[in-house]
Amino acid sequence: MIELYVLLIIMIIGAIIAIRVEDLLSCVIAVGVIGLSLSIAFLILKAPDLAITQLVVEILCLIILIRATLRKDLPFSATGRWVLNTAIVLFFILIFLAAAAKCLKDLPGFGYPMMNVSKEYIEKAVEMTGAVNVVSAIILDFRAYDTLGEATILFTAVIGVLAIVRKIGKKKEGTKIEDEHE
Amino acid sequence: MILYLLCLVLFSLGIYCTVRKRNIIKIIVGIMILEYSVNLFFALIAYKENGRAPIYSETQDILNMVDPLPHALVLTAIVIGLATTALLVAIAIKIYEKYGTFDITKIRELRG
Amino acid sequence: MNKQEQQGMTIIVKTVTRLTFGLILLYGAYIVLHGHVSPGGGFAGGVIIALAFINLMLAFGRDVTLKKISKGSTSFFESVGAILFFGIALLGFIGGCFFLNILPKGAPFRLFSAGIIPFCNIAIMLKVGAGIFAIFLALVLLETEAKERK
Repeated sequence: MIELYVLLIIMIIGAIIAIRVEDLLSCVIAVGVIGLSLSIAFLILKAPDLAITQLVVEILCLIILIRATLRKDLPFSATGRWVLNTAIVLFFILIFLAAAAKCLKDLPGFGYPMMNVSKEYIEKAVEMTGAVNVVSAIILDFRAYDTLGEATILFTAVIGVLAIVRKIGKKKEGTKIEDEHE
Repeated sequence: MILYLLCLVLFSLGIYCTVRKRNIIKIIVGIMILEYSVNLFFALIAYKENGRAPIYSETQDILNMVDPLPHALVLTAIVIGLATTALLVAIAIKIYEKYGTFDITKIRELRG
Repeated sequence: MNKQEQQGMTIIVKTVTRLTFGLILLYGAYIVLHGHVSPGGGFAGGVIIALAFINLMLAFGRDVTLKKISKGSTSFFESVGAILFFGIALLGFIGGCFFLNILPKGAPFRLFSAGIIPFCNIAIMLKVGAGIFAIFLALVLLETEAKERK
């Protein structure tokens, strides 16, 4: 599994470049590199549904981000107390990583998942639903409530964007605001 | 085990970018890195040694499939991440229109 | 005609977009309809169809695309997708409980099999595709509004 290690190292280097660079367009392109190598990692981990979805969603995220950051560069300078702030954040991240390394020992090792629930899904998928793609059978038949929740979230996000973008009309001077009950 | 730790290093890079930066676009980039690392963690947990993709085939008899349940969870999470990013970018554009800057330390007025 | 030629991109991009728009729509429809026999499903197909329309808008400018698909029809398709998905779920009450798979499940590996799953895929495709195109349309209108106010 040497390819997975190489891809993860590429993603970490891309994340470090995205954090440190000052030009906003280069930052967005570095995030694009992370997303596309994530799509290749999904393919190596034998998940073709996820690879297709991650590829097209990454392209869309890049289009939206570039739309927001064109020609809007501003110079930033580091204010005082920079060393103290960075040291505190790094200290807390080290505590998080140490606790995570201790907890990860309880997980089953890489490559041997405990498939307690999935065994039933794989055996019964074709006879109970008739679908050959087990992931589609799970998201649309065995666990369809999650898909209903996801449709609601997308709806709410669209309403939210339209509410932010809405042009609030200006009233002309001199007219009174009438009450709605009258 | 090392793979899980590298994934969590990516997660902590996302947290560092979200907490320490002053530019709103860098905060949005940090949140995107967080989402990518969590999706990767779920896909890593689902992998089985010498497994195959969870789709049946007409000609072959497939005995060894990877775990399909985390794939189902990640599939909706990817599209929800897109909706969240779009909402954040809309807020960032509106802030730039009103204040003329992306710096969060200069946005301190609370108006009714 | 002069204003329409100034908006959008160069003529090479416009010609290629005109040729590939139908192919992208066809690919998206293929991924949605074969969601239960090969990888893909409603989410990926919906985003691909939204990307086809976004491609049209980036190449030709805002006005030409708004003549093809207006704001009203986008919100209509999104609501139809949501109502269709919920309606299919409520039809399960005929069989016994919410979301029951009641249509006959044919032989596996055929296109018309797996009960309600293809119809759910089509409903999700309408909802996701129209929703994401509506988000992009709102962001584009915000930018042009800001430029007009200056």
